[in-house]
Amino acid sequence: MEIKAHSENHVTGSGTYVAVWIALTILTIITVAASYVHFGTFNLVIALGIASLKASLVALYFMHLKFEEKITWVFFLYPLVLLTILISLSMSDVFFRIPVSP
Amino acid sequence: MEEMAEHAHAHHVDPVVEYQSSKFGMWLFIATELLLFGGLFTAYTIYRAKYPEMFHEQHLELNKPIGAINTVILICSSLTMALGVASIKRGKQELLRLFLSLTILFGIMFLINKYFEWGHEFRDGNYPGTSIFFSLYFMMTGLHMIHVIVGLLVLAVMLAWSFTGRFSDKYNTPIELGGIYWHLVDLIWIYLFPLLYLIG
Repeated sequence: MEIKAHSENHVTGSGTYVAVWIALTILTIITVAASYVHFGTFNLVIALGIASLKASLVALYFMHLKFEEKITWVFFLYPLVLLTILISLSMSDVFFRIPVSP
Repeated sequence: MEEMAEHAHAHHVDPVVEYQSSKFGMWLFIATELLLFGGLFTAYTIYRAKYPEMFHEQHLELNKPIGAINTVILICSSLTMALGVASIKRGKQELLRLFLSLTILFGIMFLINKYFEWGHEFRDGNYPGTSIFFSLYFMMTGLHMIHVIVGLLVLAVMLAWSFTGRFSDKYNTPIELGGIYWHLVDLIWIYLFPLLYLIG
């Protein structure tokens, strides 16, 4: 049985982890600072954008996803696909449902 | 590889297969956790779309500095957790114990912050039943806090086991899997913090 053993032999260097930690801390400072400035609706975009960036760093490096096999990526990403469908269809219902009186 | 065979001996499974299966199992669990919190995030988006003013007014009552400090605490705990996993993968037992202890310490700091933060909310008269916003706030941060507590219990067991010489560069699967779970706890908070504290 063909087992790809190289993924578990890869040990991420401590330097990489510290670099990711520094990036996460800087992004946290940026997102908190941005929350004090009034960009209107764009505040939401900035906050979620930075959060997604931080989440990606945690997933790719701390959770080792960058070096895992593709099937693991599917386990992680597929629920997000389902959530995208759930949220987008719920949003369309909230915005476009026409109230009908009984 | 021979040492790892001891652990797999009873099941006659190749240790590499067992390791990879265990990791897949944890990732499957992570997938269920994403959907669990995803449901709550969906509720958040629906009610935020319906009542934007309520979210804007009431989120201002939250303690942004404590939220930010908690974010940094969890990020630090993820670093120490990752360093712990890397240490044992290189066979460094004492470093593993050090980093596990630090991770647990950060987790306890998070919980202490939560205690004071929620205490303050209750004294201000904000309870889960106060409004839809606070219902969501307490439910989401509360469920997250339960995950932190469970994570700390798991890490405490890992720390206890690490004193028995159970883990090595050949066998460290529980540490790695516990680490993945702990990073998920951090990941969830990375989204909770801006959605509840930063953007009204």
